[in-house]
Amino acid sequence: MQVSEAWLRELIDPPIGTEQLVAQLTMAGLEVDAVQPVAAQFSGVVVGEVVSTEQHPNADKLKVCRVNVGQTEPLQIVCGAGNVRPGLKIPAALIGAVLPGDFKIKESKLRGELSFGMLCSEKELGLAASSDGLMELPDDAPVGEDIRDYLALNDNVIELGLTPNRADCLGIEGVAREVAVLNKMAFQPRAGASIAVTHQETLDIQVEAPDACPVYLGRLIKNINQAAVTPLWMQERLRRCGVRSLSPVVDVTNYILLELGQPLHAFDADKLSAPIVVRYSRAGENLSLLNDQTIELDGEALVIADQQQALALAGVMGGSSSAVSEATQDIFLECAFFSPLGIAGKARKFGLHTDSSHRFERGVDFTLQQRAMERATQLIVDIAGGSAGPINAVISPAHYPARLPVKLRSQRIQKVLGITLSNDEIGNLFQGLGMQVAEHTEGWEITPPGCRFDIAIEADLLEEIGRIVGYDNLPGSSLLMRTELGKAPEARLTLDRLQDCLVDRGYQEAITYSFVDEAMQTAVAPGDEFIRIRNPISSELAVMRTTLWCGLLTAAQYNINRQQTRVRLFESGLRFARLNGETQQQKMLAGLALGSVCAEQWGEKTRNVDFFDVKADVEALLGLTAGGLSFKPGQHPALHPGQTAEIIDADANAVGLLGMLHPNLEKQLGFDCPVFLFEIAQDAVLQRKVPKFAALSKFPSVRRDMALLVKQSITAADIVDCINGSREPAVRDVSIFDIYQGKGIEEGFKSVAVSLILQDFTQTLTDSEIDAIFRRLLEKMTAKLNARLRD
Amino acid sequence: MSASIEEILTQALQALAHAKDLAELDLVRVNYLGKKGLFTQHMKELGNLDPEQRKSVGQVINTAKNSFQEALDSRKLNLESEQLRARLAGECVDVTLPGRGQAIAGLHPVTITMRRIAKIFADAGFNIAEGPEIEDDYHNFGALNIPEHHPARAMHDTFYFDAHTVLRTHTSPVQIRVMEASEPPLKVIAPGRVYRCDSDMTHSPMFHQVEGFLVDTDVSFGDLKGVIFEFLRAFFEKEVQVRFRPSYFPFTEPSAEFDVSCVMCDGRGCRVCKHTGWLEVGGCGMIHPEVFNSVGIDPERYSGFAFGTGVERLAMMKYGINDLRMFFENDLKFLQQFN
Repeated sequence: MQVSEAWLRELIDPPIGTEQLVAQLTMAGLEVDAVQPVAAQFSGVVVGEVVSTEQHPNADKLKVCRVNVGQTEPLQIVCGAGNVRPGLKIPAALIGAVLPGDFKIKESKLRGELSFGMLCSEKELGLAASSDGLMELPDDAPVGEDIRDYLALNDNVIELGLTPNRADCLGIEGVAREVAVLNKMAFQPRAGASIAVTHQETLDIQVEAPDACPVYLGRLIKNINQAAVTPLWMQERLRRCGVRSLSPVVDVTNYILLELGQPLHAFDADKLSAPIVVRYSRAGENLSLLNDQTIELDGEALVIADQQQALALAGVMGGSSSAVSEATQDIFLECAFFSPLGIAGKARKFGLHTDSSHRFERGVDFTLQQRAMERATQLIVDIAGGSAGPINAVISPAHYPARLPVKLRSQRIQKVLGITLSNDEIGNLFQGLGMQVAEHTEGWEITPPGCRFDIAIEADLLEEIGRIVGYDNLPGSSLLMRTELGKAPEARLTLDRLQDCLVDRGYQEAITYSFVDEAMQTAVAPGDEFIRIRNPISSELAVMRTTLWCGLLTAAQYNINRQQTRVRLFESGLRFARLNGETQQQKMLAGLALGSVCAEQWGEKTRNVDFFDVKADVEALLGLTAGGLSFKPGQHPALHPGQTAEIIDADANAVGLLGMLHPNLEKQLGFDCPVFLFEIAQDAVLQRKVPKFAALSKFPSVRRDMALLVKQSITAADIVDCINGSREPAVRDVSIFDIYQGKGIEEGFKSVAVSLILQDFTQTLTDSEIDAIFRRLLEKMTAKLNARLRD
Repeated sequence: MSASIEEILTQALQALAHAKDLAELDLVRVNYLGKKGLFTQHMKELGNLDPEQRKSVGQVINTAKNSFQEALDSRKLNLESEQLRARLAGECVDVTLPGRGQAIAGLHPVTITMRRIAKIFADAGFNIAEGPEIEDDYHNFGALNIPEHHPARAMHDTFYFDAHTVLRTHTSPVQIRVMEASEPPLKVIAPGRVYRCDSDMTHSPMFHQVEGFLVDTDVSFGDLKGVIFEFLRAFFEKEVQVRFRPSYFPFTEPSAEFDVSCVMCDGRGCRVCKHTGWLEVGGCGMIHPEVFNSVGIDPERYSGFAFGTGVERLAMMKYGINDLRMFFENDLKFLQQFN
């Protein structure tokens, strides 16, 4: 809502400056987004009248004019504007005038002719961004008057960013009411005067949807003057409030909308075939709107119709067939109250948003229509003449919005706001806001006025008090509340710890969009069923990721394209996948690494990151957890078939993946080195081991190594699992310290060097005991894995 | 015999002097003092002499042996310290060269900011809660007193999957979920991703919010003011000013927006605060009785406040970041500034 400060001050003029007024509005909940002077700074410009023009002797495009500026003698001023002509009234900048941009007007000679001033365009006065020719003033403009006074340019446009609950301030009168209360001034809205009725014709009105349209007023105004123009003062007020002047009738309806917040609509009466019907639309009905858009209605839109057709989308926009035009003589003026629920959502459904729908959706004062109709008629008759008929009103008070008294307890004011107000203070505050106040045993009963749709419960009244008293004037308190001791669940591992672990291992945290490009999604996880946003912001952000890799790969590409050769990123967040017809939102932790293992450095040979580097990082994560997770060879369409590990939990459920990006994808996505990826379900890694003490053995431990020959397909995990599964109590630790294949080893086989740490709790192990353990383990491995000792 | 000892001693001392390192020195020692060493030999031969001679000759040999031993020890000490000096010299490195291995990376500024906020509130006993990002419209709107067609829904440019499933437009649905599942008193902070169908210089289709709320008997607007005030001072680590402006949210009443004195110019007015001296930080208010009703908490018995703030916005203020879009481009040059 844009408000002209001068217009506002005509209604209520508190003894404070603009800056203070603006601060007051903001702090009362009518946030001021901007304050702009309506005109740039200039001085010394008056209303002038061109008395005569003569061709400049030395310049084709210049004229030498004599201009009456209210002084004893007309001034000679040279002018090049195309529209300069005798009798024209224009703004004339006198010698000594300063125009916007600190442009000083001096006596000058133009091509040999003296010029004592300058005739101005709107652009030169900073009133418009562009203009062709001089600004033409009305014939009755008083010669010699300062143009700033004449056009009331000492004014500011105050732009209010109103919240949807404050529909009452969508008219300047509503803002004035607020300003009055804030400054403890009395405010009386302009009284409604009835205009003389000069003919008795009416159009019949049938309201078929009284719930959506409790008040409908119509009036015929006949024989308006088609040549009438909107007076300058009204054009200026409209302009300052952001509305373009169109024609007197339309301008008046807009003026009332701005002044009172009441939308009106004028129909060309000749194009109507009464009766006028307010009804719900019929499915399939078409309506051509004023904006040249034709909409097909459903059965839910409220329309104004005549016997032929739907004429207007009620409270939203008029139709083109019944629009007023330059040829319109008789108008049918509509002033109605449509209930918010009757209008809500209707405009948006057709992609429309108008000043009218904006107000009706939020709530227009349902007691206002009579006054608004009279005021609009008065202005139309004043400007464009015409003869007004009686008002035909169809009103169903049963469908008025409820305005019930709301209880306000003084104890509640104290409890919630921490202040106490006297009976008088409460009375003044709420009466100032147009509310009725009655005393009550526990406090008061407050009844809101027709213009307030946001007062239904006690909390609403508390907000009014807080607002008017000022939130900053309410006492603040320190947090005094029940405290309890903190918790320290030891078995829970925090995501923070996992993130820190990755950070410490050189992974930079990324945050990528949860919605991704469908092409990336299907490239990375072709098997996953994903969900699509119905109204995406762009096709690149259209489907929900089923893996965090989509974003990480995109981020890696972004960095590679910016001369990075080494990227290590991780992200934590949700993946969204369809599973059995349900959308799963699963918390994941994922990483990506490409380029050298470490940043290039003097002390280490540069080497590209490989599977086992990244696996070490994943193992570091798993090492923080309660354990029970293991790796097994896996398959994934996005990963290298020979370098993919599935991470499984103790119940063999897959909880994560680790691997090298498939070379095909590597190429397709534009990488020129291997890319390693991992992703783990957070649920699987957010448990921590709660330590449990085990006694230490007093006896020495022994290390024994064995070199085993096994088939290629036997995994390291097979061997370790076999040894751990042997239940040899003396085996403390198993590790693989070498893998060898090649010369001396049969094709298809490999040699795996395993070291065993053996220790007993009751004695020092003897050689024969150690040999026995060794032999039993070997037998087991031979049986299970077909392993034999390498010679 | 004596002369011979003297000669041996002279030779021995010369040999000591010639020994270049501890190994050679040890050879010299063995040569003279070892089992078959020259001094040892002479001592063994003492047995062949008569007792008179044995004593005097023995003394001569012992004296020579002691002189040798002394010279040997001293030479050994010399060689040892020389060897140490050589080793130290050889092992000298340029300590200004960087260390070897993996460098530590860092967290995203959004995470850093969320962690700080969470810590400030967790220290005061707030619990951290999370909720789904794909929400039903009941939790995102209905339960928060935003019925269908309410103009406030238009303030949220919502991403839809179907008529009743949305990407949450704020973290407030977590408030509903927590209140549905637990009884007051409640002190909760809920950080997370939120989504709005809007993208330009100052809007990102995805961003982060932190929602906080407290429900107990006797919670007042003053408590809300106090908490916001203390939070902002703790977050900015500065004596910032805070102001509360009436505003409107369907799920709070009274509602307010809170501003902090511009952290760039300390409220004097600059380009960042558009010369107002204030920066808008978030919205807050007393939880609306309708919200309490929808989760089955008695609004007569309990009262509470809630607030929400944008994480990126706080991070931008704190670190002077001037472009919202950088948060999700994941440019390493940007991210590494926060390491």
